[in-house]
Amino acid sequence: MFGYILRRLAATAPVMLIVAVFVFLMLRLTPGDPAAIIAGDNANSEQVAAIRNSLGLDQPIFTQFFIWFGNILRGDFGESYFFKKTVAELIIGRLEPTLALSIATIIIAVSVAVPLGVLAAYKQGTLIDKIVMGFSVLGFSVPVFVIGYSLIYLFAIKLNWLPVQGYQRIGDGFGGFLQRLILPSVTLSVIYIALIARMTRTSVLDIMGEDYIRTARAKGQVEIKVLFRHALKNAAVPIITVIGLGIALLIGGVVVTESVFTIPGLGRLTVDAVLARDYPTIQAVILLFSFVYVLINLLVDVSYTLFDPRIRY
Amino acid sequence: MVSRSLRLATLAFAASLALGATATARTLRVSLHSDLKIVDPIWTTALITVNHGYMIYDTLFALDEKLAIQPQMVDRYETSADKLSWTFTLRDGLEWHDGAPVTAEDCVASIKRWGARDAMGQKLMSYVAELAAPDVKTIRMTLKEAYGLVLQALAKPGASVPFMMPKRIADTDPQKQITEYVGSGPFIFKADEWRAGEKAVYLKNTKYKPRAEPPSGLAGGKVAKVDRVEWIWIADAQTQVNALINGEVDLLEAPPHDLLPLLAEDKNIELFVFNPAGRQNAIRFNVLHKPFDNPKIRLAVAYALNQKDLLDAVIGNARWYIECKSLFPCGSPLQSTRGWDDKFTSDFTKARALLQEAGYDGTPVALMQSTDIVSLSNLAPVAKSLMEKAGFKVDVQAMDWQTLVTRRTKKDPPNAGGWSAFLTSWASVDILDPVAASFLNASCDKATFGWPCDAEMEKLRDAFSKETDPARQKALAEAVQLRVLEYPTHLPLGQYVQPQAFRKNVVGLLAAPSLALWNIEVK
Repeated sequence: MFGYILRRLAATAPVMLIVAVFVFLMLRLTPGDPAAIIAGDNANSEQVAAIRNSLGLDQPIFTQFFIWFGNILRGDFGESYFFKKTVAELIIGRLEPTLALSIATIIIAVSVAVPLGVLAAYKQGTLIDKIVMGFSVLGFSVPVFVIGYSLIYLFAIKLNWLPVQGYQRIGDGFGGFLQRLILPSVTLSVIYIALIARMTRTSVLDIMGEDYIRTARAKGQVEIKVLFRHALKNAAVPIITVIGLGIALLIGGVVVTESVFTIPGLGRLTVDAVLARDYPTIQAVILLFSFVYVLINLLVDVSYTLFDPRIRY
Repeated sequence: MVSRSLRLATLAFAASLALGATATARTLRVSLHSDLKIVDPIWTTALITVNHGYMIYDTLFALDEKLAIQPQMVDRYETSADKLSWTFTLRDGLEWHDGAPVTAEDCVASIKRWGARDAMGQKLMSYVAELAAPDVKTIRMTLKEAYGLVLQALAKPGASVPFMMPKRIADTDPQKQITEYVGSGPFIFKADEWRAGEKAVYLKNTKYKPRAEPPSGLAGGKVAKVDRVEWIWIADAQTQVNALINGEVDLLEAPPHDLLPLLAEDKNIELFVFNPAGRQNAIRFNVLHKPFDNPKIRLAVAYALNQKDLLDAVIGNARWYIECKSLFPCGSPLQSTRGWDDKFTSDFTKARALLQEAGYDGTPVALMQSTDIVSLSNLAPVAKSLMEKAGFKVDVQAMDWQTLVTRRTKKDPPNAGGWSAFLTSWASVDILDPVAASFLNASCDKATFGWPCDAEMEKLRDAFSKETDPARQKALAEAVQLRVLEYPTHLPLGQYVQPQAFRKNVVGLLAAPSLALWNIEVK
């Protein structure tokens, strides 16, 4: 097991190298020049060229890549072209809001979706099943911003229970932190509730026909124990996979929610950096997202052993 | 005993509530058009950084609400009869935020740094033989030859304002950003509370010595009436509006025009046009390649287009725009319609005749369309429709603004990654005269993108810059306007204003060429 984890971690190195090359080339081949953006509306060609020179963008693309990659190996992700800060500082400053939003979303999604999925499986074909699946289709289909604006209209503007926007750091007070996290995390969780509930229903249904479920019932187990101890535990592997991928997607997929609710997280940072063609920031953020993705996949794989003893690495 | 403790606790609670209420009442929370990313107003021309500059820095001169130049940090000034020597004396009691006195040496260093970056500053400095500080309060500027825009340059609002900074900061290489943010303006920047992407915070400068005159535009007494100003960055326009309706912010600098009806309906919210000069839409030509290498073909565009259709497409409500057939903004001193009455009438017959006369061979116009800026995105399709009715072939090429900004620097032919024209807008205060308006720079390779090359235009601009008599300046500006009809560098496509929206408990908003947050109270 330990050897497997080490091998998987070692395998992330070539993956990250490929991502680094791909991101670097993609940005350089995409239209857009940070020097022209910095120079502004009144600049002439000479001024743009001078800025390009000062940013090192006039050097051959391979030279630029090797300088950047060499710096990364030394732990230096460079300095943002626009913010007077290192990229590492920028990312650290934006990490908390995105992590808080992602964790809250997953907690809400898992605590709602798993029972809903189990319930739908248990009541297969009934009205409850249809309602859960109907909600699932709806939650998956309605865009996040529509859900966000609707919740804002109801809970912030009409009922005045929660604020429209903003983020309060946990260190500035837990009450305000929580208050500002409710609407965005509920908004974002809808799609994950839909996804996880469907997957849970399908997995549990597959298991419910198994012999050991019948045996458990024959032994007089109460239905709730049958469902959660026997069925759900054995149906966990695909559910864990979906939850894991959901977490990985969340880290980079919170852009719209962060925009609608004005949460200064990594999603907003990425969008701002892309719009401004802030190459060092975009490259570092995408590398980070990729690393998180790889890492979560590894954690998901490892977690299988906890739920299914037959799986060994 | 218990009862006394309870009373004390109750009193303390009541006092804390009262204090809390006072603190809230004296904080102004505003949501601006952009996030504050760069805080060096000399290094960048970004409008949000200009707004930041007016919060914490002061200027030697400033424009009042009628766009007239007024002394600001300067107490008095004089010029010699030959206009070659200028002496500016600073007001008494000016202090930097760190408590040091403002000196003429600081101002000299500030002018030099600005003069190395800004086009108008560069022009001014090209006339300066010596800029010196003979004593702590006197700035002496000696010119090589008379220059008519000394005060206009020093009072320049809009992009790249000559803000005054302490010498140690102003001595920073103009190509690098400053790292210390000390000014002498009415507010102090709380750098430790600034979180890019989230908020910027300013505190009232209690030591600021305002001028005695009432505030007017960016001039007069700048009295900060709130203790704290918070710039809260809300990226999403609908969320900005919701936050204002819900009372989470007090003022929106730039709510989108299509959401204004929603705000107008709310009884707690008012709309206010703080910058009546507004912005001017324009079409910019690339004169290097066909078809716009021919001035007559460019002029045909002036007959094909009309301002109303274009303004309706992006602003909608006629309350917020005006058709303005003047090269220089309507409402500004150099406004004139001379020679332009029959333009922008969608006179397709005249446009077609001009195209025929110019020998237009059907080369498509590569018209760049910015799709991500609401106030610009609909201009290109309307322009295409009108131009095609006049006989042009138009190929609209959609892209985001930053791609457009990059592509406009390319001199290649349109079919090899270049371009023919694009539509944009300017803050009116940036185009008040032929020197300030960089689209009129026709110095070929040294001109800004589009690269117009016209010796006659440069002669007129040069004459304007040397002219010191306002009446003759106006005549020269009209000559420039007429020259644009013979050699179109760009065409103005109407003017619009951007209303602010604020809650009714906010009073004292000022009409000004840039955002002014002094004089405002939160009741």
